[in-house]
Amino acid sequence: MNNLLFMPIVIPLITAICLILLWRQRVIQRLVSLVGCVSLFLAAALLFSFVAPGNVLAIQAANWPAPFGITLVADTFSALMVLVAAFMGLSVAIYSLATLDPERESFGYHPLYHIMLMGVCGAFLTGDMFNMYVWYEVMLISSFVLLTLGGERSQLEGGVKYVTLNLLASTLFLIATGMLYGTMGTLNLADLGERMRQPETLSDLQLGLMTTLPILYLLAFGIKSALFPLFFWLPASYHTPPIHVTAIFSALLTKVGIYSLVRVFTLVFIADTDFTHTILLVIAGLTMITGVLGAVAQMEMRRLLSFHIVSQIGYLLMGLGLFSPLSLAGTVFFMVHVILAKSALFLVGGVLHRVAGTYDLKKLGGFYRSSIMLSILFFLPAFSLAGIPPLSGFWAKFALVRAGLELGQYAIVTAALAVSILTLFSMTKIWAEAFWKAQPPGKVQVDADQISRTLASGQTALPLLLPIVVIAALMVIIGVAADPVLAISQQAANQLLDPTDYINVVLHESASLANSP
Amino acid sequence: MREGMLSRLGLSTTQTKGSLAGWIIALLPLSFFVFFCTLIEPVAMGEPIRISYPWIPSLGVELSFLIDGLSLLFALIISGVGTFIIIYAGGYLAGHHQIGHMYTYLILFMISMLGLVLSDNIISLFVFWELTSITSYLLIGFKHEYQDSRYSALQALLVTGAGGLVLLAGLILLGVVGGSWQLSELFGRGEAIQDHELYLPMLILVLIGAFTKSAQFPFHFWLPNAMAAPTPVSAYLHSATMVKAGVFLLARLTPVLGGTSTWFFILTIVGGITMVMGAFLAIFRTDLKSILAYTTINGLGTLVFLLGLGTELAIEAAIVFLMVHSLYKGALFMVAGSVDHETGTRDIRELGGLGKYMPITAVAGGLAALSMMGMPPFLGFVGKEIIYKSAFGVAEHHMFLIMLAVLAMAFVGKVLTGVSAGLVTVSPFLGSKTTTPKNPHEAPISMWLGPVVLSALGLLLGLSVAFSKGLQDMIVAPAMGAVLHEHEVHAKLALWYGTEPETLMVFGLSMLTIVAAIGIYIRGRGTFASISQRVTMPWNAEQGYQFALNGMQSLARWQTRVLQHGYLQGYLLVVAMTLAGFGGLAFFSQVGLVAPVWSPQFPMVHEWLIAGMMLVATVLTIRLDSLLGAIVALGVVGYAVALIFILYAAPDLAITQFSIETLTVILFVLVLYRRQTITHLLEEEIARDSPAKRIRDLLIAGSVGVFITSIMLAITSEPLVSELKHFFAEESVPHGKGHNVVNVILIDFRGLDTMGEITVLGVAAIGVYSLIKLWFARDAENNTS
Repeated sequence: MNNLLFMPIVIPLITAICLILLWRQRVIQRLVSLVGCVSLFLAAALLFSFVAPGNVLAIQAANWPAPFGITLVADTFSALMVLVAAFMGLSVAIYSLATLDPERESFGYHPLYHIMLMGVCGAFLTGDMFNMYVWYEVMLISSFVLLTLGGERSQLEGGVKYVTLNLLASTLFLIATGMLYGTMGTLNLADLGERMRQPETLSDLQLGLMTTLPILYLLAFGIKSALFPLFFWLPASYHTPPIHVTAIFSALLTKVGIYSLVRVFTLVFIADTDFTHTILLVIAGLTMITGVLGAVAQMEMRRLLSFHIVSQIGYLLMGLGLFSPLSLAGTVFFMVHVILAKSALFLVGGVLHRVAGTYDLKKLGGFYRSSIMLSILFFLPAFSLAGIPPLSGFWAKFALVRAGLELGQYAIVTAALAVSILTLFSMTKIWAEAFWKAQPPGKVQVDADQISRTLASGQTALPLLLPIVVIAALMVIIGVAADPVLAISQQAANQLLDPTDYINVVLHESASLANSP
Repeated sequence: MREGMLSRLGLSTTQTKGSLAGWIIALLPLSFFVFFCTLIEPVAMGEPIRISYPWIPSLGVELSFLIDGLSLLFALIISGVGTFIIIYAGGYLAGHHQIGHMYTYLILFMISMLGLVLSDNIISLFVFWELTSITSYLLIGFKHEYQDSRYSALQALLVTGAGGLVLLAGLILLGVVGGSWQLSELFGRGEAIQDHELYLPMLILVLIGAFTKSAQFPFHFWLPNAMAAPTPVSAYLHSATMVKAGVFLLARLTPVLGGTSTWFFILTIVGGITMVMGAFLAIFRTDLKSILAYTTINGLGTLVFLLGLGTELAIEAAIVFLMVHSLYKGALFMVAGSVDHETGTRDIRELGGLGKYMPITAVAGGLAALSMMGMPPFLGFVGKEIIYKSAFGVAEHHMFLIMLAVLAMAFVGKVLTGVSAGLVTVSPFLGSKTTTPKNPHEAPISMWLGPVVLSALGLLLGLSVAFSKGLQDMIVAPAMGAVLHEHEVHAKLALWYGTEPETLMVFGLSMLTIVAAIGIYIRGRGTFASISQRVTMPWNAEQGYQFALNGMQSLARWQTRVLQHGYLQGYLLVVAMTLAGFGGLAFFSQVGLVAPVWSPQFPMVHEWLIAGMMLVATVLTIRLDSLLGAIVALGVVGYAVALIFILYAAPDLAITQFSIETLTVILFVLVLYRRQTITHLLEEEIARDSPAKRIRDLLIAGSVGVFITSIMLAITSEPLVSELKHFFAEESVPHGKGHNVVNVILIDFRGLDTMGEITVLGVAAIGVYSLIKLWFARDAENNTS
């Protein structure tokens, strides 16, 4: 059963290999790609069902015992992330059936997509710092090629910024990992975690370095997750590729960065949390504020939404910085919420673009009058993102704000609430411009007929709308019936704050299941 | 025959079509209303009713309801007025293509509002609170293609939404400090909460939330703008129900937060200013709805003011006035809407003599206006008397001067409200007929039923006070009990309280109010409108809102220009500075400088040579103007690194490094020669350099170097303790079946890493292939076209 841990890595890999063998066979490729996504989702669901009761699963690659080989571990947080990633992978794969152009499809879009999913799942599941670096490389190269595939000038310009800054992050990651090994003599996360929990066995120098190295990791992961002041690559590149690529990037890439930050700053870098986690809080606040202000200044939907990714990352980091059971639960819940909300918004944006031919809010308009369904599909994720109850975003925000107030961290709470109203402001901007406003005179006439014609051509309505409908429904369900997801988030948070099971399963009883109390 | 009767009642077939749905949908609020009526007696007689469902136990949030006198009174108003509003909307918007949206939003709003007032859990109360803001946003923006509607909708949403977030913080503090999220449990802990050090911040946060929602000064400005909504919405949300949510919250939390002197001063001052200001500004408006909006602000101010006074009499006055206001204001708004609907204008300067053409509407408006003026025996009169009584009662608790101020504010507010009552009814309905855009005729039944019933209730309830104690014992006393959190509360309502000096004084003042109002109306009605343009506030809160909004947007644009400037070099600089800054801070505060520990022997001459070679090559890389030269120099650095690998006995690594460096240089050269664009891009970046920038870059690069080197020196100053090396060396042959440890590590111990890296290479190959192919395809396309 522990072999299940390999599945989220192996399934996308095999799918990608098949897809490469089927180069240019576009119809069969689509089929294989979908089968791969469904299998990945099922495997992720199965894995999650084993972990959800509170178990931690681990497996040692090639059976070399930890810390010598590479360990894969799934606790509640990582299994949940794999599940969400697989779900998004499937949803966007379905959506892209309608938006893919033959050119990109013929030049490896499908295999690249699956390799990216492999990298994402690998990063979620690995229990080894260097192995995590490898998965980051896999993600970086596949996302870079996906980003620039098509070779439009704007794509290349965005791509150069993307790859340069991200390579810098990788370099830092690698340097830091070398230094970490030089300091602690191990790169197994559980092993590191166990040693850090016996500070009496460490020298002063080691303890000091274990408060310095986190900064290097904060920068490396911080670039990946687009924190202030390292986020430049994101708004510079995310609006350049086709919308389904942006949607899956926004759902997964920055979130892996945050996942890794949460993992290492709960498991390993706990030597001086007053110091490190205060820095995290400061960065969290600045990320929220600069991100949302960036969004406020935009009139192009994709750019606006891209800046919001940055802003929301600040909330995720806030939960980590506060470092309490409730705040971490808030981060986990927020992660699920924001992945859903953000991708839904990009996907709806893609539909608007398809109908009206533009992402420019000045040129859009008239969608409320012509399509109440699209209006609802935008309204739910948009207002969920703004934290309006009873949608999912509210509970995420509530948990974080409550945790902040309980800890007396009033500055970050003030920032979180202020950013929340600005988020509402920029969401209503899209709503007022693209939906409420009458359509400005232009080439394309947006009316109900035109919408149904556009969506009906080439049977695109189903792949375009089905993922959005499902995601929007999930936002409502997670909002109105928040308890199951919150309970899982709290379980994840408790495991993060007390990784005894995680450490034991990896180091001491890897072959068996551990039942948490 | 039936058709004829229907049309005489204003229900002609064309109108039935649009409004029939309204009649049917109105059954929903009606059934709520009937249900709540059945609860009146049990609640008045016994304990409050509590119903609780678990909702989100992980966060302590329950979907729990508390039905006591206060929430029941609100629920009755919401469902009762709601019934007529739905019917009215059917007539008002008959034939509108989005009338279905109107019904949907109104019903959603009603449910949210009921949830708000009935909630026992403060978090679920907040959930409903926000829902009313959102439905209000959708309803104000109903005429969504008008810029005006969108602007007002957004303004209302931002003001109430920002207030809502502040309130959320306040409620969370309340829950944390009070140790419960249930109102019914918090009621008993008022003293403990008021003694807590967080009481003041908590109070201020909650008050800001309530004040924004209930349009108190200085947040009142959104309310008149919200009149952009269709009239049924204004009547329902923005006078009878939603704007009272703030008042409701203050009443609800009185047992928990109320009674302190901070509470008294903030509420009476803010409420008092709002009350007088609203009444004053109202009389200078010429738009019917605008007059009503400002008098609503006055009414809301009055309620906050009374809750601030906080005495038993003041609470009684607040409860009665709440009913009075909802009845007459709901009716008057609907009357104004009918006038607008039937004549095509709402400007009182263009209206007159409509009584003849719209008799039923006129009577309803007249009755409502009389209640608004506080004419006996209307309920408005009863309410006004208690307000004066409670104002006199202030003397028992506070200084005489405070009492005078309170009384003066109440009096001015009441007089001016009376004037407004004249403006909205006497002016349009009496006098001579004027020409209006449309030829006036009576509104359909769907549009006069509500005003007639509501305004008649104002009269009947007022009369009932004389011979029945139903109102005071069944409605008013239980509501007061809930606000004061006491069981034995007695309300006393009457039209005539007797001939004691104090009651005579109240009665006299009450009569004087009416006389003064009529006097001012007759003397001033002509001149108010003409000077209306000149009457503006010296400092307008809306300008403040606009200033803040514009400021925020310019800040956003400025910030984005500065941060997201588009130059890669700048981005890299920031990353490097962050690294050196935060990293240096951490290192020097946590570790400090560590003296380097040299390896057993001091570096040899050839080692110095290699280092020197790297240094020279690095300088060349930076200094050379030719890209080609720079790349070659960079290759030299790589070769030098490979030499170091050889020196430290890692030939595999050295070979890899040599081949990679060679390939890199070749590829770079190829690319530079093939693709002019990239060369161009890079040279653009270089062209921006200046000596000053180079020095800056040198400093930043230098500090990063110093930082990284310092860490390296620190790490190497202690011997590395690791079991890994031994394990790999020992296991390599027996279990890894290989004599080259590095190889075994790569393909066995850490085979998973290698698989990942191979994948990376494969993807890179796809990327290069696709990029070139697609690019060439595009080039070819461009050339042919």
